[in-house]
Amino acid sequence: MSTTSRKRQLGRPVSIVGAGMSRFGAFADKDSRDLFVEAFLDMLDNLDQGIDVQDIECAYVGNYSSDLFEHQGHTAPIIADWLGMTPIPVTRIENACASSGSALREGVMAIASGLYDIVLVGGMEKMTSLPTEGVTDVLATAADGLYEVPAGLTFPGIFGAIATAHMDRYDTNLDHLLKVAIKNHENGALNPKAQFNVTIQSLMERRMTRAQERGQPVPEYVTEMDFLNDPGANPWIAWPLRLYDCAPITDGAACVLLVASELAHNFTDKPIDIAGTGQASGRPLHDADELTSLSAAKAAASQAYEMAGVTADDIQVAEVHDCFTIAEIIATEDLGFFAPGEGGRAVDEGRTALHGDKPINTSGGLKAKGHPVGASGVGQVAEIFHQLRGEAGERQVNNPNLELGLTHNVGGTGGTCVVNILRRAG
Amino acid sequence: MAEDNRAFTAAAFNAYLTQEKKLVGVRCRACGTLSPEPRPMCHACHGRDMEWHEFSGMARLSTFTCISIVPVSMSKKGYGRDNPYCTGIVTLEEGPRLSARIIGVDARNPQDIKTGMELVLDLAEVDPDNPTPAFRPA
Repeated sequence: MSTTSRKRQLGRPVSIVGAGMSRFGAFADKDSRDLFVEAFLDMLDNLDQGIDVQDIECAYVGNYSSDLFEHQGHTAPIIADWLGMTPIPVTRIENACASSGSALREGVMAIASGLYDIVLVGGMEKMTSLPTEGVTDVLATAADGLYEVPAGLTFPGIFGAIATAHMDRYDTNLDHLLKVAIKNHENGALNPKAQFNVTIQSLMERRMTRAQERGQPVPEYVTEMDFLNDPGANPWIAWPLRLYDCAPITDGAACVLLVASELAHNFTDKPIDIAGTGQASGRPLHDADELTSLSAAKAAASQAYEMAGVTADDIQVAEVHDCFTIAEIIATEDLGFFAPGEGGRAVDEGRTALHGDKPINTSGGLKAKGHPVGASGVGQVAEIFHQLRGEAGERQVNNPNLELGLTHNVGGTGGTCVVNILRRAG
Repeated sequence: MAEDNRAFTAAAFNAYLTQEKKLVGVRCRACGTLSPEPRPMCHACHGRDMEWHEFSGMARLSTFTCISIVPVSMSKKGYGRDNPYCTGIVTLEEGPRLSARIIGVDARNPQDIKTGMELVLDLAEVDPDNPTPAFRPA
């Protein structure tokens, strides 16, 4: 039997009843466990009708590499201890930057199977403990260490190669890439938990002010593009990607509480249902079907759309994996929001802006909110949870009929992709 | 290369690169699929009857990047912010693609590096401690 032909359904419905996030940023004094506790307490404080922690039956924690970042393996029982949840089973899930997207799916399946009713899922990463060169090396371990990394390919390098191929094949240009960054910083400026809670316009003005204060020549920037095209302000990382094309190095954690839908109203009057979930694997870029797309993203999206019984056009808000600006462009194409090659133009035309017809990365995305890799997948789900409940504050999507949102979480350069579709319960 | 009985491993791939200066992968005897990376089982048909296959070394540049923020291994070789290097994906004339260093191009001027250009394998300066295929413009 083909493994792709059968329509998959959850054994029983699953809902999200609470979400929490630590502040994302660089926190020299905090370890990953501290960040996870911060996210958990945020979730508890905002859980409408509260919960006795003893009622949580099981947990899955996404974490990419506490081993290399913190010299700490076997992190799941530490989280169980720090949350006072021992002896319940807690399992760490590692799928690179899709670790917590995968953890969430494990939690959904644990409830759908009937084994548990109440499951905590989350993710965490402490990255700023290493210098940039060390972080580059750790992230590169998500690529093939035998046949990609020896060629000198870094993580930004592989996405740089995807961007080169996309610009070569379509009319995508360097400005389109930078406009993703400008948009996501505009959204991040409205998110108090974002690492870069600031627009690129403000960063540009700060640079000019600082130069003036120091008596140095003041750069003659008129627009954000002038600033972003200044190699002093926005240096090259991996052609054609520059500093502002890359998500930052971030410490942070996020979690959500999953329950069997039949119990959801014990916790909140506004549960958000898991309408569809999909996950797929993919080969290294050199063996991928196309150099301008992630096949795992297309496969995961197709599974999630089918389970939810919806199409790309029905999705009203989405958090996609913009670890690099090009990654957001190809995500919006792989998810079917725009035709292949049209993702760059869609950004340029403002279609993916907060008040465009397809708002993408209202949280600021990985680019501005920050990218603590093991926490990013659940961080995305937390944002869509808040959007669908109408509690996203200044960055709330202005759509009174908001009902369907999507998250797209990529591990490595497409080795893993998890897509979830969330629906406001009717 | 039917008489070659060594195991289909990265160690053998690297030994070919460094000792014999050859790019050698595998071919599935059942379905004919080629893979530059030696593997004991065919990823396409799951066949187990693999044989070594030497590639000609002729290729085209499929895509590339020029890296300025470099990993520790490349920093030790003097690459960095002011001295980027080029790497990318090449399509071998036999069909498969692989990741490889691109040498003999100006990584400081990536606008001048053209995808589609013809390349040839050049293992003259392969690093025995970190072997990787390298190609230069033909």
